[in-house]
Amino acid sequence: MTVKKTPLLDELEKGKWPSFVTEIKRAAVKSKASAELLQVLERSYEERRGHWKHGGIVGVRGYGGGVIGRYVDEPQTYPNIAEFHTIRINQPSGFFYDTKTLRTICDLWEKHGSGLTNMHGSTGDIVLLGCTTEHIQPIFDDYSEAGFDLGGSGSCLRTTNCCVGPGRCEHACYDTLEACLNITNEFMDEVHRPMWPYKSKIKFSGCANDCTGSIARSDISVIGTWRDTLRIDQAAVKEYAVAKFPIQSQVCDKCPTKCLTFNKETQELSVVGEDCTRCMHCINMMPKAIRGGKEKGATILLGGKSTIVQSAFMSSVIIPFMKLEVKDDFEEFKELVRRIWEWWDENGKTRERIGETIYRLGMGKFLREAEITPVPQMVFRPRANPYVFWPQDDLDKTGTAIDGSKL
Amino acid sequence: MAAKLDQGPPDFKKMLPPIIKENYGKWKYHEIPRPGVLKHVSESGAALYSVRVASPRLVSIDFIRDVCVLADEYCDGFLRFTTRNNIEFLVSDEAKLQPLLDTLAAQNYCVGGTGQSISNIIHTQGWVHCHTPATDASGVVKAVMDDLYEYFDTMKLPAKLKMGLACCLNMCGSTHCSDIGIVGVHRTPPRIDHDKLRKGTEIPTLVASCPTGAIRPDPKNKSVIINEDKCMYCGNCYTMSPAMEIYDAKNDGIAILIGGKVSNARSAPSFSRMVIPFLPNNPPRWPEVTDAIRAIIELWIANAQSGERIGEWIERIGWERFFSLSGLPFEDKLIDDYIFARETFRTGAAFKY
Repeated sequence: MTVKKTPLLDELEKGKWPSFVTEIKRAAVKSKASAELLQVLERSYEERRGHWKHGGIVGVRGYGGGVIGRYVDEPQTYPNIAEFHTIRINQPSGFFYDTKTLRTICDLWEKHGSGLTNMHGSTGDIVLLGCTTEHIQPIFDDYSEAGFDLGGSGSCLRTTNCCVGPGRCEHACYDTLEACLNITNEFMDEVHRPMWPYKSKIKFSGCANDCTGSIARSDISVIGTWRDTLRIDQAAVKEYAVAKFPIQSQVCDKCPTKCLTFNKETQELSVVGEDCTRCMHCINMMPKAIRGGKEKGATILLGGKSTIVQSAFMSSVIIPFMKLEVKDDFEEFKELVRRIWEWWDENGKTRERIGETIYRLGMGKFLREAEITPVPQMVFRPRANPYVFWPQDDLDKTGTAIDGSKL
Repeated sequence: MAAKLDQGPPDFKKMLPPIIKENYGKWKYHEIPRPGVLKHVSESGAALYSVRVASPRLVSIDFIRDVCVLADEYCDGFLRFTTRNNIEFLVSDEAKLQPLLDTLAAQNYCVGGTGQSISNIIHTQGWVHCHTPATDASGVVKAVMDDLYEYFDTMKLPAKLKMGLACCLNMCGSTHCSDIGIVGVHRTPPRIDHDKLRKGTEIPTLVASCPTGAIRPDPKNKSVIINEDKCMYCGNCYTMSPAMEIYDAKNDGIAILIGGKVSNARSAPSFSRMVIPFLPNNPPRWPEVTDAIRAIIELWIANAQSGERIGEWIERIGWERFFSLSGLPFEDKLIDDYIFARETFRTGAAFKY
């Protein structure tokens, strides 16, 4: 393959934002595959189309996923990326690393693959971008020995993800980092051996700011919250007031339920606890003076997904409050998700996300069969149409039919 | 040596800096002393600085090793990545903060992305690796972030601006609930390769994959037929079968959707909504896309109240007012005609002219 110049891609080495083209070129110094990636990508830029084919099934012994097969569509022209597979390595919670671990990841990848990575993929995995089929098992053997494992791919539990949580954030209502690790370890089989109608994703956010975007990006969204009333430090409020922080206009006036009152004379802030919806705005604005309640836990929402097929869904509330404590080994959460997955596995069609299964079969049926108690917090408003499915067994249908026979 | 199966990810606890181990779950508040620098203070008064640095997400091992050298020198080897793909150096010794910032500046790293700024654009593979792209991902992100860089290393926007890019309608990532969503779109139906289809496609699965029922079996030809009037070029059939080739270099391009958010603060999470149905793919810099996004952002800056996300601003003034202010053409293409369309119709007579 003759090495052609790449003027379109070279243009993207200019400018302030860090350049992925520079990165591919760096990898290309040592990797023929990366050098060819640069060539085929330049062609894509010229032709305005991709050059990657659907993948075959590739993997490692003992797992049904974690590797995405990918092949260039002109292997004769680009023999070094004829096979250019992706390997998902399950990331540590909160993307916390030490340099020893990162260097191990780099050294092993240099030995086997293109030298290119994504830090990180959209679901959260470390993505090792580009290796041949014969390297897949050796890569897994080496990374496994170094203490890593593959993430999920296919119709399985995908790699779970979480926010920085109690590692650094004052807002965390539960240990998102530990929850993410614990739940991943609990459901290793579900992650590595696809057995479901389609993918299922869990994301753990420590508060209603939802920094992982779990309500949009996961089937099972875990959003930290509290059950009692937020706590206000009036001395700290005074400091904000003295510094002329616009408490009335930027905090009280923006409260969605108008439950905050600022007394300008006493410089005190008060809240009507039962009217607070724990949206995090006032806490975001005055973190030194306001914090969440003491009785902490999480809201569990269900059904989030991206557009294909039935439209994008956001998750909706199924459990308004659940305690999520390390000391309980998150057992209540695990028990819930087992029931949910079991119902979905029974009822879901191929490639149907759980939100779509519920949309097709009805939330009522799901709640009854998964044994989840219906509560008003699940809906913005009840149904307008009166097309209610009544369980016929609950009705008294005895009597006489029109033809005279007994019912 | 046989691999250990099911051992799970590395334990994050083994990679936490001492300051985090000592103050785990005991953080009290944070401040942002300057763009790109977070200062978290614990109940005991300990202070952890996080220096946020831009990353193109697609990085070589050399990049990672360079970052490790900096982390070793200034952070005792401790660092993390963010959910939006940036790097955070975790500095527990305040004396090392300015020297780190100086070194980052000298080596042309980009420090910013905190507070009321643009932090990064969530995206995936595009032409680099995806088998279903209608546009590139990394290239568009680079072009847009170069153009909007002034909003990365400052905190002068009315509120946070979160952007996502999806190279096709699978919309991997967070694009459907972003302040600005950049979506690769096809505009022409697939071209069927009947031989390929006969060799390897499971026809019932393919037929079932079409959201609008535009595909039906063609038993005589042992293939399928597309009702082109029903096709809206989502490309899901191509995901199911390589025989349904849908890329179209002349007609593929980018749609812009705006106004989404995932946070619950002040207002409920919301979807991004389409305001521009099509802009052409014009690599390497996609000027039509960067210009359109800049125009929307500048309009938001000029008109929004402090603290208003794009969607909150538009909901306050009304979408009809957004269209008149922006001058963007309103066509029937922007009105929903899929299954949840009715929720979006204005069933009321109180609107602005």
